[in-house]
Amino acid sequence: MSHKPDSNVRPINERQPERNPGMPFRPELFSNLRINRSAVERRAANFGKRRSIKKDHQAAWLLKAITCIDLTTLAGDDTPGKVRRLCQKAKRPVRKDILQALGVADLGITTAAVCVYHNLIETAVEELKGSGIPVAAVSTGFPAGQIPLPLKLAQVRESVKAGAREIDIVISRAKVLTGDWQGLYDEVSAYREACGDAHVKAILATGELGTLSNVAKASWVCMMAGSDFIKTSTGKESVNATLPFSLVMVRAIRDYHELTGHWVGYKPAGGIGKAKEALEYLILIKEELGNHWLTPHLFRFGASSLLGDIERQLEHHLTGSYSAQFRHPVS
Amino acid sequence: MSVREIFASMEYGPAPESPDSANDWLQAHNSTLHHFIDGAWSPPESGEYFDSHNPATGEVLARVADGVAADVDRAVNAASRASEGWVALGGHGRARYLYAIARHIQKNSRLFAVLESMDNGKPIRESRDIDIPLVARHFYYHAGWAQVMHSELPGYRQVGVVGQIIPWNFPLLMLAWKVAPALAMGNTVVLKPAEFTSATAALFADTCRAVGLPAGVFNLVLGDHKAGEALTVHPGVGKLAFTGSTEVGRILRKATAGTGKKLTLELGGKSPFIVFEDADLDGVVEGLVDAIWFNQGQVCCAGSRLLVQESIADRLHDKIRQRMSKLVLGDSLDKSVDIGALIDPSQLQRVSQMVELGVEEGAGLWQPKCVMPEAGSYYPPTLLTDVQPSATLAQEEIFGPVLVSMTFRTPAEAVALANNTRYGLAASVWTENINLALDIAPQVKAGSVWVNCTNMFDAAAGFGGYRESGFGREGGKEGLYEYVKPLWEDELSDTPVQHLPRVEPAGPLANDDGPAIDRTAKLYIGGKQVRPDGGYSLASLDASGHVIAEIPAGNRKDIRNAVEAARAATGWGGTTAHNRAQVMYFIAENLSARSDEFIRRIVQLSGQDESAASAELDLCIRRIYTYAAMSDKYDSQVHATPHRNVTLAMKEPLGVIGIVAPEEAGLLGFVSTVMPAIAMGNATVVVPSLHYALLATDFYQVLDTSDLPNGVVNIVTGNPDVLSEVLARHYDIEGLWYWGSPEGSKLIEEHAAATMKRTWVNYGRYHDWYDSTQGEGEVFLRKATEIKNIWIPYGE
Repeated sequence: MSHKPDSNVRPINERQPERNPGMPFRPELFSNLRINRSAVERRAANFGKRRSIKKDHQAAWLLKAITCIDLTTLAGDDTPGKVRRLCQKAKRPVRKDILQALGVADLGITTAAVCVYHNLIETAVEELKGSGIPVAAVSTGFPAGQIPLPLKLAQVRESVKAGAREIDIVISRAKVLTGDWQGLYDEVSAYREACGDAHVKAILATGELGTLSNVAKASWVCMMAGSDFIKTSTGKESVNATLPFSLVMVRAIRDYHELTGHWVGYKPAGGIGKAKEALEYLILIKEELGNHWLTPHLFRFGASSLLGDIERQLEHHLTGSYSAQFRHPVS
Repeated sequence: MSVREIFASMEYGPAPESPDSANDWLQAHNSTLHHFIDGAWSPPESGEYFDSHNPATGEVLARVADGVAADVDRAVNAASRASEGWVALGGHGRARYLYAIARHIQKNSRLFAVLESMDNGKPIRESRDIDIPLVARHFYYHAGWAQVMHSELPGYRQVGVVGQIIPWNFPLLMLAWKVAPALAMGNTVVLKPAEFTSATAALFADTCRAVGLPAGVFNLVLGDHKAGEALTVHPGVGKLAFTGSTEVGRILRKATAGTGKKLTLELGGKSPFIVFEDADLDGVVEGLVDAIWFNQGQVCCAGSRLLVQESIADRLHDKIRQRMSKLVLGDSLDKSVDIGALIDPSQLQRVSQMVELGVEEGAGLWQPKCVMPEAGSYYPPTLLTDVQPSATLAQEEIFGPVLVSMTFRTPAEAVALANNTRYGLAASVWTENINLALDIAPQVKAGSVWVNCTNMFDAAAGFGGYRESGFGREGGKEGLYEYVKPLWEDELSDTPVQHLPRVEPAGPLANDDGPAIDRTAKLYIGGKQVRPDGGYSLASLDASGHVIAEIPAGNRKDIRNAVEAARAATGWGGTTAHNRAQVMYFIAENLSARSDEFIRRIVQLSGQDESAASAELDLCIRRIYTYAAMSDKYDSQVHATPHRNVTLAMKEPLGVIGIVAPEEAGLLGFVSTVMPAIAMGNATVVVPSLHYALLATDFYQVLDTSDLPNGVVNIVTGNPDVLSEVLARHYDIEGLWYWGSPEGSKLIEEHAAATMKRTWVNYGRYHDWYDSTQGEGEVFLRKATEIKNIWIPYGE
């Protein structure tokens, strides 16, 4: 990333970790995984209750959240104009006066990436040139993934060629639901290879996997196959990112890291629209994975409306008055 | 720290909850807490006050009235005066008040929470999210019971004035557990909170005033043990409910022995937390956080004894240590704190000393490098591994944030270790295998068993102990029975109802035909007829005083042998209820087949005419039928707790019950007391009526032919006064029923304090065993069972 924060306040682990190289398929590492849903839900419900982020801390944490956002538009009516607007917002996510008042105007705060469909990659790359903000593209027949594998791989290659530095692939849910873990491993390995230097974010579509145990197992297979990130959802399922899904996935990341030493990032996506929710996710990451993961290299929000709520909260923090949407530039 | 520094460090900051409202409330009371008696604040007769401190800071929170006997006396008198009106108000009238209290607490929930945390030191998150919502829930739930008491508990009435003594670890929650059911059932209350924590009880008194609760219905006496002792021995108190240490519980049991006061004790624990190798280990770790680092581990049912399957022990311990490193200690009013201060410096010292002892005894100590606050009584979260069952810390309650861990190999060993304790309050069982979970839960001796969860509480589920964790239940319908009395108890007689011939010995019966073949009555132990250990016999007299036989004079060793036989027969409780019913019908069948013989014996011993004897025998057979029928009908329940789970209120046999049968009631007394016990799956040691002993020894021949497993009914004839004391002092008996004199009743309750065995004595008040309300019924079954609440969350 090109933005260079003040070296005195360099966030820990700003250095990009080594990519996850993956590992051979070893089903014994996950086949006995048991996830107790009630226990997961109890813990998940507690992050926002056990930890409270207030005042300056809240402002700082919300700024961190902004730097972790994959600012996203994934709609049938996306046009170059819409995407250019989005890219400019990614570069300047918060009103300058607010950043100045918070004393962070020089930190070069931007969103982590811009996330679009393949057809909009070139527009986004062009618009973001020089900003250091990568373009992420959803791929492999997003969102349902119900197209032939060669077409999926071709789409990945085309998107990389078009300038996408991150590819958000969707896994074949059928392989999870039929227990074809080897097939899933092979598929994701192929995406990883097709991506080359571009990073792979594997979307599990957790809302369609049936059980939390499946979510955990799919997480393991995607990490073994070399995913740089594992991501909950396309945003198009009826249930998208939730704290329970997140808890299961980050625990898989933690166990995988302990076993292999490899770093895998986490991206909840879909349905996270409020600053308060974003704080809960950050708390979850801090508590379950640790501060090392609180960086855009290892944590992203897939979100479109979250930024707007954070902007309002930041202004409220400064003024003590509740803000209004129209006071902040749209994307 | 600036925003940019925080942006870099991503650390947590302070998140203080304001103490202002609580301080305002204290100041409005001049920071002085008085008794609340007869609807008004009342200074102590002694004129003395003591300081109560905020454990997080050590600062004085308030001056607290030092209650003495005279204060208690005033409070009990006020409660007594209020009783009639409170009962007359009826269920609906009381329901309205309880509902209003629940609403008022909800509306002022933050004030209650903040004051509770300042007084007790517990994190505001806990008081705000757990304690206070549960308090309101208890009043709502019991408002409902008040409303339906008439239809749901027919044949029961209030006890009268109830004395309640509660601990400092959940001050307001324990108040709610006690006060809500007591008031719902029409009792009036004198409550004595712990000396460390009086504030929210006083705030609750404010609530009572705010909702217009009639004066004297709820009375509060503050103070230390002086007030507690006065309440315990006050003759105006009809029932005493106590939560606290087993040591004090014993004192209360002895102090109330023989008085006829109802008593419930919720005492200490050393609750096992059992983790099988197929458990969700991350879930387990969070479970442990809720088990032992909830309320600084100052929880009577804390999962303080981790039993982990050897194959996963290292991995689990690693995960626990990682998690412990994330726990935050600090001021109770910081919203981001996991562990607050212990209640008092004395408690801090005690916990420290116990951990040192554990290390001396060979445990491996681990504590995270956490930031310790400078003031206040803080102790870091602590894990002690390699704690062997023989270690002090595996046996003694620590009551602090200290987890001790040991390993097991098999499910059977897990159960053995789990039950290797004098306590029996709660247990957690973690496995993803439902077969294993439902196999283990019934085997663990604990009043609450949490499957894949821990420290789950609700007003709809009973809570209470097995063994030395006390007796009685709080919550659920089972908890209501602690605050009511059956109406028929009022009808009991001060003299025996059934006829007991009192005859002068008249020598042996003349026998012109030479001696008949001697038929020697023996003891019946483990299914065998055995001679008494002592080698003595007692004369059995007929109704005219003639010696007609000799009966064995059982002694303490015979009781010992009988208890061992009964203990070996407790598998009877694991047979199906249908099977038990079949055996009991068979008993009735065989008794019926020998009617003539038994009628003759009844005539001979009682002097009744043959038709009366025949009627008694017929009633015996009917009663056996009743309990055979009920053995598979007095079944368990699923409580409607507000969680996604099944909360099974499982009725379990006590285990071994000693029964000292009524002297006056012959075969009917024997049958009426023994049959309900075995119907529910207990094994029994019966001391039959001395005068009617031959009926019992005749009866074992019926048992012998009825497929009753050996040892389920053991009969030791002899002097009931001697034998009942041996039973009362025996450590391996779970229950003891006694129908006899006031002195005998007192003796049994006194001796029962050592083991906390469940006693049921008649205080010298006599049943009419012919009467179906006094001689049989649901009470007998309830006394023969213990309710275990098993919480099973579900969802894949």
